Amino acid sequence: MSDVAEEHLTRDAAGGLFWQPAAETLPVPQLGELQMERLRATLENACENVPFYRKKMEELGVKPGDVTCHGDVADLPFTTKIDLRDHYPFGMFARPRDQVVRVHASSGTTGNPTTVGYTRGDLDVWADLIARTLAAGGVAPGDLLQNAFGYGLFTGGLGLHLGAERLGCTVVPISGGNTERQLKIMRDFGATALSCTPSYAMYLADAARDRGLRPEDLPLRVGFHGAEPWTNELRVQIEAGLGEHALDIYGLSEMGGPGVGYECLCKAGMHVNEDHYLAEIIDPETLRPLPYGEVGELVFTTLTRQAQPLIRYRTRDLCTLIAEPCACGRTSARMSKPIGRSDDMLIIRGVNVFPSQIEEVLMSIPAIEPHYQIVVDRKGYLDVIEVWVEVGEDIFAETMGALERFQRNVQAQIFNVLNIQVAVKLKEPKAIQRSEGKAVRVVDRRKAL
Amino acid sequence: MKVTQLTVFLENRSGRLAEVADILGRAGINIRGFSTTEAAEYGIVRLILTDPQRARTLLHDAGFTTHFSEVLCVKVEDVPGGLAGVLDQLAEAGVSIDYLYSISFWNICFAVRDIDRAVELLAGKVTLLSDEEVRAL
Repeated sequence: MSDVAEEHLTRDAAGGLFWQPAAETLPVPQLGELQMERLRATLENACENVPFYRKKMEELGVKPGDVTCHGDVADLPFTTKIDLRDHYPFGMFARPRDQVVRVHASSGTTGNPTTVGYTRGDLDVWADLIARTLAAGGVAPGDLLQNAFGYGLFTGGLGLHLGAERLGCTVVPISGGNTERQLKIMRDFGATALSCTPSYAMYLADAARDRGLRPEDLPLRVGFHGAEPWTNELRVQIEAGLGEHALDIYGLSEMGGPGVGYECLCKAGMHVNEDHYLAEIIDPETLRPLPYGEVGELVFTTLTRQAQPLIRYRTRDLCTLIAEPCACGRTSARMSKPIGRSDDMLIIRGVNVFPSQIEEVLMSIPAIEPHYQIVVDRKGYLDVIEVWVEVGEDIFAETMGALERFQRNVQAQIFNVLNIQVAVKLKEPKAIQRSEGKAVRVVDRRKAL
Repeated sequence: MKVTQLTVFLENRSGRLAEVADILGRAGINIRGFSTTEAAEYGIVRLILTDPQRARTLLHDAGFTTHFSEVLCVKVEDVPGGLAGVLDQLAEAGVSIDYLYSISFWNICFAVRDIDRAVELLAGKVTLLSDEEVRAL
């Protein structure tokens, strides 16, 4: 990696900051060659050290050396979240545990989380990728980053922290929550940069306004927001409310967390760190690769991860890749904001929830099935889940107390299993809409943030 | 001596109780007594009817969830202490009461959202009682 990476914060003629300028502006043909070289090394690492990949590659009759150009990538096997769950906790590691210095896990709510391991080298790369992200937003030593992403198994908090220290700005590990303290520290410490989910940024903006604070009373200049989908309309509101440039960052725990994609101050799509992640767009039905510019499912292959190489990991996020060069001078392709999912995963207050998980709980309560509906809505900026249940004669007893106990019981069972709060709403028979005689199981009424 | 009570589940939507009363009225089933209980989003109505079996079938066919239960109907003397006399006997025996309601059916108390509008609508069409008239009953 040292062949193209250097750690000198550089300001170009136009005033743009770069953490690793040579790597970030590598001419496209050289970037392509570097990707192929690193891809072969990744495949070798995977085949030698991960039985899952050895078996998959053998079944497909593909050897690491066979892959010589981008077109060959389509011959490689896919990896899904289910594969990761099946190999919980450390079955996808390509390094013995004594070389793995960090383990994070996904924000999934039930069953086995998906784990991600890092060698010391992986953490080193991760720090650089986040430092690139921060520099692209104009952050330099002397800036103060208030990191309001959650610290813990979630990759957001510790990831941003690591990159900020690598860059050399001051980082305040405030983590999420406690809005009063966030606003106090922001002003007292003079935070010039903020990192948190976009919904929390908007919440902070509203809280500031409610306390009579104007955007110019806040020292913020730039914000790094991600971990959930958001729109340009919300960007405009956050920027107006906090007086910052609100930049989108993209990552997923399976790829190591944030640092996969990031916006520069042009705010024209997220630069993918293509020297470390090979991005493809595929048709989620046919699984065939799609050209740049077409909407499809984003698929990533790690190019430098030692502890946990992943080949063609299906993110399930739908977006486009933009090949045209960006005004900032970075040569990497950019990804559009994800516009949806190719599965039914819901992101409820930053927690990944599959409706099937709620269904499983409901199915275990005989009186409910089959008349229920999961309604996802947004109150203010917070997502809420309602579970609508038609009251049939199995459920209906003739006292209000019994009905209320039933509601509380279902709510408690869902909370116990999924750790999310839902509101159970009792409905008359046939109140839940059927399409072609079949109940519509999930209704998502949220407008995009 | 037990009486069959029919209970109906209703979402709090305007017109749903009227629909139940309409179905029963059209079928010639008389309501001898009833009570309603409500939460924020739904309620239940308890009915003592001249033909509970047929009422249940009709309501079920119309998409309502219903429930049968057994209750006691007690003739309480209309004097101070009349109700207390019955309650005391049950309390002494340790028989607890889930709920009770009156099925004297000539005078019904309505709690409505817009009382002035309701008065305007009903005045002249039905007999509305004043405070004094209720006390003198």
